[in-house]
Amino acid sequence: MPEKKIDVRYVANLARIALDDEEVAVFQKQLEQIVGYVDKLGELDVAGIEPTSHAHPVTNVFREDVVRQGLEHESVMHNAPEETMDQFKVPKIVE
Amino acid sequence: MPELSIKTITELLTLLDKGDISSEDIVRDQLAAIASNDAELGAYIWSSEEDAILQAKEADRRRQSGDSAPLLGIPVAVKDVLNVKGQPCTCASRILEGYTAVYDATSIAKLRQAGAVMAGRTNMDEFAMGSTTENSAFKVTKNPADTSRVPGGSSGGSAAAVAGGEAVAALGTDTGGSIRQPASFCGCVGLKPSYGRVSRYGLTAFASSLDQIGPITKTVEDAALLLEAMAGGDPMDSTSLIEPVPAYADRLPDTLAGVKIGLPKEYLGDGLDPEVRAVIEESIKVCEEAGAELVEVSLPHTEYAIATYYVIATAEASANLARFDGVRYGARVAGADPIDMYCRTREAGFGPEVKRRVILGTYVLSSGYYDAYYLRAQKVRTLIRRDFEAAFKQCSVLLSPVTPAPAYKLGEKESDPLQMYLGDIFTVTANLAGICGISVPAGLTAEKLPVGVQFLGPALGEEAVLGAGHVFERAAGRQ
Repeated sequence: MPEKKIDVRYVANLARIALDDEEVAVFQKQLEQIVGYVDKLGELDVAGIEPTSHAHPVTNVFREDVVRQGLEHESVMHNAPEETMDQFKVPKIVE
Repeated sequence: MPELSIKTITELLTLLDKGDISSEDIVRDQLAAIASNDAELGAYIWSSEEDAILQAKEADRRRQSGDSAPLLGIPVAVKDVLNVKGQPCTCASRILEGYTAVYDATSIAKLRQAGAVMAGRTNMDEFAMGSTTENSAFKVTKNPADTSRVPGGSSGGSAAAVAGGEAVAALGTDTGGSIRQPASFCGCVGLKPSYGRVSRYGLTAFASSLDQIGPITKTVEDAALLLEAMAGGDPMDSTSLIEPVPAYADRLPDTLAGVKIGLPKEYLGDGLDPEVRAVIEESIKVCEEAGAELVEVSLPHTEYAIATYYVIATAEASANLARFDGVRYGARVAGADPIDMYCRTREAGFGPEVKRRVILGTYVLSSGYYDAYYLRAQKVRTLIRRDFEAAFKQCSVLLSPVTPAPAYKLGEKESDPLQMYLGDIFTVTANLAGICGISVPAGLTAEKLPVGVQFLGPALGEEAVLGAGHVFERAAGRQ
């Protein structure tokens, strides 16, 4: 077994996804394989090449700064997993 | 047997104009087709008779009062990733089960203005990640041409609905081929517009620099009509292109005389299924007989496209899907603290392919790997763009296969994600380069499986690809 390229549990935690041991083992194998394939990008000389972040960079897009109707409060709250007093309820975050 | 939902938009518009049928007739016929076939086909995640009939009656009222909106009364099935106010939008994910859209996507608002009826939600790979629609959390969709096979994906429900007579037309989204590939597998037309041609506002984002919304239809002319209604700049999407929208459907040509079609040699090399190759070679002949001039071109960085795509798309996905944390919408699994809640919610809410891609995307963006993977992929993306810029100096459209092979069996590639990804080789390049492409039915294999041909055009070259596709489908005797 070659050296592991990817620490699946560590990266999954960065992505805020809990995994069980079985998932870690499956992903380990699959992700090693995919990353091994992606390594072929290293074959190319990309010195001096500008990165593309958008296919058609459009710059300085402005619109009128006017007041518009927002989303309806009631229908937004309808989708809330937990709410209290018309607000999203979350677990305690401060002691 | 459905009589109206198997027809094209243009045929139905003629009948509506003559007063022979109403929108309600069409919608009822389509609902009947869904009721009798969809238990087997699995194309829809949701449809509502009450909701659809209400919209159809409104369209009929508009028509009676003299309204002449271009798609008045035409039902359109919508991939379950686009927000239609008041309807569910689950992205085929457990994490959005029970979610009701609170606003219309711009593409939907424009279709409503054009008179279309939003006729149901079609199945897809979860968050549009996949090539078979098997990654849906809710159901399996089958290929109408052979129900032991996949319909393709990620817009597999839309393609199966159109090909299976359960939808007059449908919308899909295409991040790496998700419109064109299922269209090819099922035997319908699928158009991926240029990046920015259709506003992405209200599309649940997968990879923001690659995603585009487009039509899946029975004819190229129908695709032109839907594109015309949806395209254009939008203040709600700063990446949308403000260039004027041509009357695509009116400007379809009847010949390819004077059109130079490029044949990218890297797309016609080894690894192509012999039956697909035969269909593509026949398609090239059809175009030549229709007047096109053929020229061989090269896209030298093609072999790096899949690697580039799966770095960029997963990186963007890992950021976009961070919003699904169980706080404001969707499912929530309680945890000891907020972080624990996020981790448990996402563990329970996401399927394996979504987890795999979010983890991969997080990895390629993480400290120490960013330069080697993400930044390098963005640079290779530039090289791929330049390949196309050079090719389009020699021709106005490119002709290629859509996929290396026809539709495979359900379950065949489920356990090997890399093999699945490699099947996207002829489609991902258009998304990386931001150009447009269309898949048009071109032939059948010995087992009667549909095979599509792809026409690619430069950015904002929709007229060219629609034109080539239209002449081709007529010359090939398919319309």
